Amino acid sequence: MTAAIAAAARAETSVAAAISVRELSVRFDGETDSITALDRVGFEIPVGGFVTMLGPSGCGKSTLLRAIADLVPISGGGISVFGRTPEQARRARDFAFVFQDATLLPWRSAIENVHLPLEVGKRSGAIEQHAEPESLLALVGLESRENALPHELSGGMRQRVSIARALIYRPRVLLMDEPFGALDEITRDKLNEELLRIWCETGTTIMFVTHSVPEAAFLGQKCLVLSAQPGRVREYVDIDFAEPRLLGMRDTLEFVQVTAHLRSLLEVAR
Amino acid sequence: MTTAGIDSNSAPTASRAGREARIERAPFLRHRHAPPIFAATGMLALWQLVVTGFGVPSYIAPSPVQVLQVFVEEGEILWINFWPTLFEAVAGFALGNSIAVVLAVWFVHNRLAERAFYPIAVFINTIPIIAIAPILVLMLGNGYAPKIVIAALICFFPTLVNMVRGLKAVSPQMLELMRVLSASDREILWKIRLQSSLPFLFAALKIASTTCVIGAIVGEWIGSNYGLGSLIIEATYNFRAPLLYATVILGAGLAVAFFVITTLLERRILKWKPGAVY
Repeated sequence: MTAAIAAAARAETSVAAAISVRELSVRFDGETDSITALDRVGFEIPVGGFVTMLGPSGCGKSTLLRAIADLVPISGGGISVFGRTPEQARRARDFAFVFQDATLLPWRSAIENVHLPLEVGKRSGAIEQHAEPESLLALVGLESRENALPHELSGGMRQRVSIARALIYRPRVLLMDEPFGALDEITRDKLNEELLRIWCETGTTIMFVTHSVPEAAFLGQKCLVLSAQPGRVREYVDIDFAEPRLLGMRDTLEFVQVTAHLRSLLEVAR
Repeated sequence: MTTAGIDSNSAPTASRAGREARIERAPFLRHRHAPPIFAATGMLALWQLVVTGFGVPSYIAPSPVQVLQVFVEEGEILWINFWPTLFEAVAGFALGNSIAVVLAVWFVHNRLAERAFYPIAVFINTIPIIAIAPILVLMLGNGYAPKIVIAALICFFPTLVNMVRGLKAVSPQMLELMRVLSASDREILWKIRLQSSLPFLFAALKIASTTCVIGAIVGEWIGSNYGLGSLIIEATYNFRAPLLYATVILGAGLAVAFFVITTLLERRILKWKPGAVY
């Protein structure tokens, strides 16, 4: 069954989907019992798409993202990232990961932190094509703070540095795990707008985990709502707003209708 | 300036004002180093007064002036014995800390090695250094070797414990990032672990910088005829208390110098703020 799905996934490598997840199950085996974090989850993300993921806490959002990133072993089903397994995709540097904390090295300046991915993983040999750290810091609006150490930057600036670092080897997919969750609302709004701009400029496929309903609606072309215990797909919601999306849009009736729908899904999901 | 008592809301300000007023009364205390210097000078003066006032014989407690006289008149014997101790302490410091760092790197990459050898390291650490010293003299003879090994032993354990903790003090997210980047263990060690262990390493080196001198001196107590340790024994047996005190002060000065050098190095190397998560 699993093999058949994998084969089907490989046959379909025609660039339709950047990420394709089928019948994915992840179980964590404890000493006495095993917990099913994800139960037969399936969805696809089109190339260049922006998909947000929403769900009650403990529904396996992070686990799903980590399974795609080859950070968590899968128990059943299959994941394909541009036709590759997560491990192959990781070695080929198809994706980059942005964590909730900026995860910067405190002894390195902003620009040196952005450069880090080019200094490690040399054995995988997939770092020929890369962007210039300077231009990336400019892209995230930090051109004047290249030599600042992390403790000299604000939380929002540090997260910008970590986004620039993720983009350094031009990944085809950007996996983001609540990247703005620890920031204040004003900073978060600003970074949301900038992330959309960066997405337009780079053409990267983005999968974005959040626990903020407005953020999920504002950013995503689609929103994957998960239910908890075990994690299942509640609904894969299409969000069709006029592009480009601006922050003011969040006060429109259309937007409120979408967030109301997402909230109702979360109510049931709980 | 508000006076204390009127504005009860600004208690800290009021007390600071009070302190400033007190310092104004004694302007010579303004300088940062002035208070400890005055305190030490005062205590030395008191010591001198007690010893001369009560007529304490110099072999029981010499006066500061008598100790100073030793530095002037018998300086040569002090310095001749100073250099071997300096050499042993530095060599022991380098040896003990290097082995501890290498072993810590091994432990962090090999759980089995850690489980096997960590208890042994703890056991060796529990043996009093004064009990190991004769054993090492029997094994290594009368030269520099046993003293260096004792100084190394005394540095070894704090550095091992701190370094293992330091090398492991990498956030789980950072390790996940390294995995996403397909970094090898070697790359993680050189790019991440060693730097993030530096605050822990320096904490240990500061301890080692003073204990290595103690190690060298204790090593010289047993079967040695040179070094500050042997001079301490010799001065004690001959009731030459002023010489004994001078030797002890020189040994302490050596340890303080090592400590200051280590602290300055730390300030130079650790430009970032350790402890916080970025």
